[in-house]
Formats: sequence, structure tokens, C-alpha cells
Amino acid sequence: MGYPHKSHERETPILSKYFGDPEARTLAGWRARGGYEALQKALAMDSQEIQTIVKDSGLRGRGGAGFPTGLKWSFMKPDGKTHYLTCNADESEPGTFKDREIMRWTPHGLVEGVALAAYAIYAETAYIYIRGEFTEPIRYMEAAVKEAYAAGILGSNAMGSGKRIDIHIHRGAGAYICGEETALMNSLEGRRGNPRIKPPFPAVAGLFGKPTTINNVETLAAAPYIVKNGAEWYKQYGRVDNPKSIGTKLFSVCGNISRPGNYEVAMGFPFKDFIHELCGGALPGRTIKAIIPGGSSVPILTLEEADSALMDYEGFAAVGTLLGSGGVIVFDDKQDMVKQIARLTRFYAHESCAQCSQCREGTAWTTRIMERISNGGGTLEDFDTLLSIADNMTGKTICVLSDSCATPVVSGLKKFRGEFEAKIQISRNRVVSPGVPTLPTPPAAPTRASAA
Amino acid sequence: MSHGPSASGGALQATPTHPHHDVPHEPVFVGARLLELQTIMSRYPSKMAALLPALWILQDVRGWVSEDGMKEVAGQLDLTPAYVKGVVTFYTMYHQHPVGKHFIQVCTTTPCNVCGAEDVVNALLQQTGCGELGQTSVDGRFTVIEVECLGACGFPTPIMINNAFVESVSPESVSRVLAELE
Repeated sequence: MGYPHKSHERETPILSKYFGDPEARTLAGWRARGGYEALQKALAMDSQEIQTIVKDSGLRGRGGAGFPTGLKWSFMKPDGKTHYLTCNADESEPGTFKDREIMRWTPHGLVEGVALAAYAIYAETAYIYIRGEFTEPIRYMEAAVKEAYAAGILGSNAMGSGKRIDIHIHRGAGAYICGEETALMNSLEGRRGNPRIKPPFPAVAGLFGKPTTINNVETLAAAPYIVKNGAEWYKQYGRVDNPKSIGTKLFSVCGNISRPGNYEVAMGFPFKDFIHELCGGALPGRTIKAIIPGGSSVPILTLEEADSALMDYEGFAAVGTLLGSGGVIVFDDKQDMVKQIARLTRFYAHESCAQCSQCREGTAWTTRIMERISNGGGTLEDFDTLLSIADNMTGKTICVLSDSCATPVVSGLKKFRGEFEAKIQISRNRVVSPGVPTLPTPPAAPTRASAA
Repeated sequence: MSHGPSASGGALQATPTHPHHDVPHEPVFVGARLLELQTIMSRYPSKMAALLPALWILQDVRGWVSEDGMKEVAGQLDLTPAYVKGVVTFYTMYHQHPVGKHFIQVCTTTPCNVCGAEDVVNALLQQTGCGELGQTSVDGRFTVIEVECLGACGFPTPIMINNAFVESVSPESVSRVLAELE
């Protein structure tokens, strides 16, 4: 549903059906809504059978990369080794706030999904890594885990199956990069959250060096519905002509839009209808100028491009962007795109773990140049410098944070060049008009790290 | 992640200027809190994995993470103080200096920025008497900083006051939000 708004008739609320319903938070409430039936069913099955159902369903990772979930699970074999399941609840991608609502409203839904997945990958222990700022979701998740233990759903004899399933909540401490899967593992192990070089991939050597599967909150929350209703049921959601994107997807919508919130639609939903009908379109008296459809790391679209897109992995790729995490950020005609792109690069500069020089230097210099342009002190040569830095930042580092910083700069320069040039024009006028004061560069704003 | 004083990274942050006093450290991990830490340790195959949770307990009790606090945590988990400090400095949520009684973080990342987050920051700085970002008010009650994406973009502008979220804050509602604090 469009939480905090009422569900729209064109939505397909499966994961979001109980958003806004506090009763669904409790074990009794969750059971009354059919909760834990899927886990009960799964525990009576063979782990490999579950892997096959999820593989057949076409479910792909909802955290951003879109890797086929069943395939990921199938890397885990009954080899007698200790396995771990890790749930990535470090939701920090600007524009994305869906996992927060899943944990706030249906914590047992996630506990069920995590337990089911742990069993499916031959793991006895699962960790849910939640970003440090999410104190409210952490509280609900901890309460749900406690209730599940007390009811015998978790523990040494999970739901009477004789199988051990333990789930632990682990609180992060403020670092966007810990949403990167190997950085998350380092963080969980009590290290600095630096991403690891791959290979080895987590399925071979992940958390504590053991074979590990890591999935996003939304992916794991979807798994019980698939196991309960079957792969064929899940396949009804999506475009008939695109078997690669199946199921429903939560989209978080924010920025300059009439009804911000979370919406759940079937894959392939027309983006134009989504923005203008479900989300109510632009604010009164304004027009939408640009949309980032999948979290801040994906290329920016003009409204025209967005209007032609279909909301699935391939549909967004067809217009040159990505589905990503489903975080839709809307910009209207009142926004200064140069300033906002500069703000995005500042985000990445702040969040770079700084282990790769291309990222450490690239994000910081990109930010300085973008802010210089934004403040009216840029030159035309800065455009080439930015593109050159972007080129050196893309595809050259351990993780993709560096690429993500370059993305809005490159797509912004291409699609909103006029706004960039207008800033240069202003700065030129200043240079040739003595007496007109130039804008001073503002001092760097302290951030939490420096204040702490 | 804290950028070091390198030419490229250093400009993004300012050094806090407020003084702090490292009062004599009283052990945090005794009695019930030691048991709590031991329970946490039992969840992981390595002691080190309990480092972030241990630092959270330390900060919840003491209000910040001091050098002596890091030493105590290091002792509990068989780590060196230098290692612990290396981890502490990576994460933004551990306070390495004392902060105001109400530590206010305002999200100003793009989704909130386009909805007027900077005006919320200004209203907070003015009404708390902090004056500048990162500075604690003279009465010690407030510290205001900007924070990167709080993950509540649909409720602009979200702010975090210590461990609590306040959603949909506007420059107009700042006075009401502050009035509700002790």
C-alpha cells in the first residue's frame, strides 16, 4: 500500500498489505494473518526443494543488484560446513525507505523469511544487520525475535522440526558502505566496514570465513509468500512479455511529489501512471523536471524518459537507468539540479570508506568541483575535468560506491547541461564585472563524524 | 567514514572546537552489563564480533566513547585499544567527544534537501542557540549536526534526537519539537 497513504486500487499489496496495521506486529496478530504457515511448510520440506521453488519463481534480489535469489541459495550445498545467513537491513541508499516499513510493520514477516532462508541454505544461524539509526525498526525486530523464541519458532527445535535456527539482531553504527555485502560482513565481525575483494565470494568464504548467503530485507520478506503459494502463483505478477522480472516490488517515493510513500506494484507497471496517478504527480503549480528511479546511485531520467519507462529490471534498463533499490526521487522545476547533484556527490564523499584511491580522491574532488560550479565559481573546463574524474572512478574499485558517485554527475551533465552552463555564465559575468561581489565558498559543513 | 586530514578528504569536515574533559573512567562492564556483554558474545563465533554492540553499551551508559572507555572494551574483547579506536573512528554514530544532552541530527541529503531540509537546519541552529553545526549550546543541552540519509525520505525532514526519530519536521514545527524536550 502507499503507506502512509491508503492503498491505491492499482497496487498489488503483498509485502505491504499490513503496513499501518499495528496488530500485524505481534506474534498473535501475525499468525492470525497466516503468518508462519510458510515456515512450517518449509521445515517439512527438503532444503533443496525450497531452493528450487524460489529459483522457479524468478525472484531476484531487491536490494539493488537483482541477482536471482534461488540461484544464490543454490550455491549453498549440504557440505557439512557451518553456513551463515545474513539479512542486509542496512538500508541507506538515499531515496529508499521500504525495508524500514517492512521491519516497522511486519517484523514477524521478516523473521519468518530469515528463518526460512536459513533453513534453505543449510544454516543454523542468521544475523540481521540493521543500520544504527533505525532504532524503531530494531526495537520491533528484537521484540519479534524474542516472541518467536518464546513460542519455539526459533531455537534448537524450530517449530518442532528438530532443526536449529537462531536469529540475532546486529546494530550498525552509521556507515552507508556497510550496505555493501562484504563491508557488512566485516562490520558484523567487529571490523571497519571496508568492502572485501571478490573472489572469494560470500558463498565460498563470507561471514567469519564461512559460506554465507546475504539477502536484502525485501527479498527475504517475499520468500515465505512464494513457498506458501508456489512459484506459479508468483509468476502471475509481471509483464507477460518479460519473464526476467517477476513478482511485486516496493517503491519508495520521495522528493517533490504529491503523495510520498511506499507503493507496491507488479513488475512492469507503467512508470508514467505510477508517478502521476498513484503518487499524485507534481505538487500544485509545479512541474516535474527529473526523476531518479532506483536510489541515488542510478542515472537520472528526464520526465520524458521516465514517462516512457516500465518499472522492472529490463524496463528501466531500456531507458538507460536501473531499477536499483526502488527509491524514486522526484525533482521539480523549483530545484537547482547542479546544487542537488553536488549534494549527492557530497554524500558519496562522506560515505567513501577511503580504501581505494580512485574513490577516496575521486569522490572528494568531484564534490569540490561540483560545489564550486554550484556556487558560481566554475569554469567550462570543469566539465571535462568532472568527466575525466568520473571515467577514472568507474569500474576501477573494490566496490561500486565510486561508480555511484560518478553516475549522477555524468547523467546530470548530459541531461541538464543547460543548468550547468548557466552557472558558468553567472561566474563569467562576475569575472568581467568588477564590483560585483563573487559568492564566497561556504565553509565545509561539519557532519556527524566531526561533531562526534 | 571519517576522512583523514588528506588534501582531498579533509575539507569535508571541520574539527570540533568544543572542549571536553576525560573524567576518571568508571568501569562500565560490571554486574548486569557484564552479563549482557557475555550474552552478546555468545551469539558469535568470535569475541571481536561483539565490538560494535559493546561500544553501543558504552555510549549508552557514558554518553560518548572516551579513550578510557575504548581501553575497557578492548580489555573485555581481547583487542588492543588502538584496534578499537580504529573501528570507532570508522563509524559516524560513536561520539568521540561529549555532545549536548539532546543530540540532534538533521537529514539534509538530496531527497530531504529538495523538500527544504536546510531551512530546518537553520531553524534548529537558531532556536537551540547552537549557532553552528557541530557546536554544543552554551547550556549543554543541544548539539545539532547534519546527517547523511536517515532512510525516512518519504517523511521530510526527518530528524533524530538521540535515539528517537521525529518525522516531517518543518521550520515552523521546530519550536514545538524543541518544546517537548526536557
